[in-house]
Amino acid sequence: MRVAGKGLIDRSRSVPFEFDGERMTGHVGDTLASALLANDVRLIGRSFKYHRPRGILTAGSEEPNALVTIGNGAATDPNVRATTQELFEGLTARSQNRWPSLRFDLLSVNDLVSPFLGAGFYYKTFMWPRSFWEKVYEPFIRHAAGLGALSEESNADHYEKAFAFCDVLVIGAGPAGLMAALTAARAGLDVILADEDSQMGGRLLAETHQVNGMAGADWAAQVVAELAGMDNVRLMTRTTVTGAFDQGTFGALERVSHHRARADGLPRECFWRIVAQRSILCAGALERPIAFPNNDRPGIMTAGAVRAYLNRWGVVGGKEVAIFGNNNDAHQTARDLTAAGVKVTALIDSRADADVSGDFPVYTGAQVVQTAGRLGLDSVTIDQNGKRTKIRADVLGMSGGWNPTVHMTCHMNGRPVWNEAIQSFVPRPDMIPGMTVAGAANGTFSTHGCLSAGAEAANAVAQDLGKKAQKIDLPQAEDAPYRLTPLWAVEGKGRKWLDFQNDVHVKDVRLAAQENFRSVEHMKRYTTQGMATDQGKNSNVSALAVLADATGRGIPETGTTTFRPPYSPVAIAAMGAGGQAAGFAPQRFTTSHDASTERGAPMIEAGLWYRPSYFPRAGETHWRQSCDREVNMVREAVGICDVSTLGKIDIQGPDAAEFLDFVYANTFGTLKVGKVRYGLMLREDGHVMDDGTTARLGENHYVMTTTTAAAGLVMSHLDFVAQALRPDLDVQIVSVTEQWAQFAVAGPKSRDLLNGVLDAAIDDDTMPYMGCAAVGVSGVEGRLFRISFSGEHAYEVAVPSRYGESLYRLLLAQAEMLGGGPYGMEALNVLRIEKGFITHAEIHGRTTAFDIGMDRMVSQKKDCIGNALSRRPGLIDEDREQLVGLKPNGASKQLTAGAHLFNPGDKAERVNDQGYVTSVCYSPTLGTMLGLGFLKGGRARIGQTVRLVDHLRGVETLCEVCDPVFFDPEGGRLRG
Amino acid sequence: MRITCPHCGTRDGREFTYQGAAEILNRPDRDADLAVWADYLHNRDNPAGDTRDMWYHNPCGAWVVVDRNTVTHAVQGSTLASEART
Amino acid sequence: MAKLIAKTPCEGLLPKTIGTVELSEVVIDRAWSVAPFKGQEAAVSEALTKALGVGYPAANRALSKGGARAIWAGAGRALVIGAEMPDLSGLAAVTDQGDGIAAVRIDGAGAEAVLARLVPLDLRAGSFKRGHTARSFVNHMTASVTRLGPTSFEVMVMRSMARTLVHDLTEAATGVAARAV
Repeated sequence: MRVAGKGLIDRSRSVPFEFDGERMTGHVGDTLASALLANDVRLIGRSFKYHRPRGILTAGSEEPNALVTIGNGAATDPNVRATTQELFEGLTARSQNRWPSLRFDLLSVNDLVSPFLGAGFYYKTFMWPRSFWEKVYEPFIRHAAGLGALSEESNADHYEKAFAFCDVLVIGAGPAGLMAALTAARAGLDVILADEDSQMGGRLLAETHQVNGMAGADWAAQVVAELAGMDNVRLMTRTTVTGAFDQGTFGALERVSHHRARADGLPRECFWRIVAQRSILCAGALERPIAFPNNDRPGIMTAGAVRAYLNRWGVVGGKEVAIFGNNNDAHQTARDLTAAGVKVTALIDSRADADVSGDFPVYTGAQVVQTAGRLGLDSVTIDQNGKRTKIRADVLGMSGGWNPTVHMTCHMNGRPVWNEAIQSFVPRPDMIPGMTVAGAANGTFSTHGCLSAGAEAANAVAQDLGKKAQKIDLPQAEDAPYRLTPLWAVEGKGRKWLDFQNDVHVKDVRLAAQENFRSVEHMKRYTTQGMATDQGKNSNVSALAVLADATGRGIPETGTTTFRPPYSPVAIAAMGAGGQAAGFAPQRFTTSHDASTERGAPMIEAGLWYRPSYFPRAGETHWRQSCDREVNMVREAVGICDVSTLGKIDIQGPDAAEFLDFVYANTFGTLKVGKVRYGLMLREDGHVMDDGTTARLGENHYVMTTTTAAAGLVMSHLDFVAQALRPDLDVQIVSVTEQWAQFAVAGPKSRDLLNGVLDAAIDDDTMPYMGCAAVGVSGVEGRLFRISFSGEHAYEVAVPSRYGESLYRLLLAQAEMLGGGPYGMEALNVLRIEKGFITHAEIHGRTTAFDIGMDRMVSQKKDCIGNALSRRPGLIDEDREQLVGLKPNGASKQLTAGAHLFNPGDKAERVNDQGYVTSVCYSPTLGTMLGLGFLKGGRARIGQTVRLVDHLRGVETLCEVCDPVFFDPEGGRLRG
Repeated sequence: MRITCPHCGTRDGREFTYQGAAEILNRPDRDADLAVWADYLHNRDNPAGDTRDMWYHNPCGAWVVVDRNTVTHAVQGSTLASEART
Repeated sequence: MAKLIAKTPCEGLLPKTIGTVELSEVVIDRAWSVAPFKGQEAAVSEALTKALGVGYPAANRALSKGGARAIWAGAGRALVIGAEMPDLSGLAAVTDQGDGIAAVRIDGAGAEAVLARLVPLDLRAGSFKRGHTARSFVNHMTASVTRLGPTSFEVMVMRSMARTLVHDLTEAATGVAARAV
């Protein structure tokens, strides 16, 4: 219900929303939680394991209970904390983990059998039979225990990522954070102030304390306005700094549009990477509950939350409120409620010596020992010196004290230290390099203390970064001492809840200790304490205290709490922002792309590139028809293929030849200007890295080609060799892959075609096999290489990329006049297999020059990368698997890549393995399937028969072992 | 993680590719014993503490030797590979 | 004989305006990668200055004069854009690159915010000034980023990635523009 005259909400503006199908109204400034309380809704959800009725425990992002699902269909957002969800018009929320309804939930039967479901229950019970785990136990547990469900539809929302840089990042905009940001900004530092709330001010928005003679919220607004007017300040509301990482990098999640209806182009969230020279953590403190019997009924919340709902949102969750605490701060809640005209039925302080008075009944030295009310609190029973009293209350505010929010300080493996006075952990200095902690996060709880600590921290940072410290007039503020006597658990009948989100209670922790899970890390895993999405923000310290008590140790001797990023949950979609669809990876398109797709060519990915598979013609219904035709076309007339995707690297310098001799296994210093040579590149361990051709354009100028797949790898390798291994060589290396559009023109009519395109005709004298030259291509300065990957008389012609599309279209038109046309990757693959040319299917990283029959290319007259180790005995063993050709010679004519080879009489088992198949194709030229593969001692087994077995696809056939060059072994067609 | 490129300054770790220990700079002679070669190529310490390793700064093409600490994650210094050999 | 027709990398993709940001192609006619040989940096700079009015740039800097520009392009290399390259034989490796690059200008009040969504660089006006350039990433692409003015930047990526560059800039600009509403 609303309380007249209270709160920062705008009562003149109503906001309609829906919860579990019921229409309700709140106000601008409400969260879903405050609006539900205003509509007298206390029961919000069912708990994770026991399906206990649960309500709202807190007023912030630490909320473990009040998780709801927002939205419908693809826009469904499960597990949203009602306490942070801002209300907007049209918001629809649903409760979770209940069936068929929130009030009547069938699985609440779990709660009745709870004695059997304690900690370790699953480990002990679902042990056998083993096969039951996957089929029976796990599906059952997953159905029964759970949070909200995903829509299972593709996420249509837009997420964003972004980078930001600053001198100082201030985390949290409560009194300490505001003062720190203001001081740092006035000192001239670039400041980012981030706060998870929609409004800056932190606890000042929830308290009635005055600051400098005005309401705390007004003072906060005044500071925010000053900061907003400064160029060196960036204010980030709705932004949770989620993690501290190396070298001053922070992750931060900005909720851009969760507080409004969806709008075009507007991201849901933005995940920021903030790099800061220094940081000041002003994350405040979180209140901890007390573990008394049945302390989880809807209506029971932290005392600070009761106060926040009253002061910030003008709501109370009921008509009669009781307060139970072990510290002075809890008294403030009772005073604020009374002042607002809300009936306080009891203030129960566990300390006998508590000094408290007010317009409400006070019970000192008393404890709440029981609560009642089925779907919400009706009453509490207290014990004062053995005397039990039942007190009416539909709201109970409890306070076991406050825990500094030290989470971020633990993200780089630091451990906080126990502070006896506040009975909690505080950070040690320098747990995160460059970070200082100020205010409540550092154990300073008064408003005055926070303001002063924030200013001091900022001045220290300013001086550290070479700026002048600012003289600060600290605003007047309360400076009440914080006193408490620890009270962790109250004995009595019924479960005393610690971790509300994972349903862990005091007995679970004691059971863990009893079963010798005495280390805090073991207890945590045994009970799942603190392992829910809230990371035990409300409960870890209390659970540790219970464990300490159960094991007879002090709290600091028992262990510490530690926390990992993120501080609060981050959607995978936010961290992977920009990675949907075309944002996943860059797409590289050749200049011929449009011309290829116009002809209906299906494009396949080759690394980041897109290349045409084949070019279907009218009447062709299967890719093989197109592929066979394209192969025949190249062998009989002429074909055109875009080979621009191959890496092209320009190498220049006085030592260019020596450099190439060092990176290639064979020799390039002896190559004549105007000639091209095939080159084999090894890794230092003696295995093949890549192959390609390199042309010598001038005395000190080469252009190397690499395979498409290895272009980037070879480039960084060449950089490595030049910079790290041979800085003595004067050589410059630069990629020119993108500069040139290069096309293969292959087939017996290739020269005829080119002579219709080149400015000056060529013949065998001017352009012999393996020659290269600068040429005019229809008036443009280009390059011509007479090289072949098809075994035909062929060329590669290159022009600057701006002319690529135009040349491609021209080449196709010319080819078609000669009975030729374009060919795609499928035909290219068939053409090279027929010739036994290798690709990365063969040089896959585990093959050597010896294996592919090129060991004689590894020149022994010079050193080169891989030279020494290529001669290792194990790499030149005659029994190694060597490259061979395979042709079917049995009843079945099918070959498959990936199949393994066996001797015909052997069982097809691993121990008998003789090798494997790397590439296969149907050869229209030879009218049979062909394969390339590696066979033990293969070169000596030509003519023998082996058995091919593909266990995966169920293919089995007999093959003849052949020389890998199936077609035109003398190479007459190349040179002709 | 942020690493300093001697050319470009301190940059986000995503701009770099890691490539193993800086021992790779001390390439043995071609005729060195195979055991020396195997040691050079394959045998590495796994220090809890200071380490030197090779990083490729992809956008500018520089190979960088980075001194850092595997326990504290501190990055202590960077040298161009071309100037790092002793 | 047929004449070959030239096409720019972003033809048909730009210009476009999204919110306060304008994306337009920078058409590069002639450009070279210039990488001085050992000990020749000063000689190269002198020759360039004489011919083009701009010298060889320091690391992370971009020079421009008249139509000529020299942009630092990575370890030991600059991209020189201009009408004519002087003869640097023996001084530097000179390599044609005028067709290898897609260059896009980003102008407008939101330009820095758009790039902050794609580039992991400190682009604040105080740290990244006019005449500063950086080799970095634009989303997943290696790129060159140069500040041309208070609200103007130029981004260069490989030519084949022109569509992805336009796609990524468009996405980022759309998000920035939508926040302003």
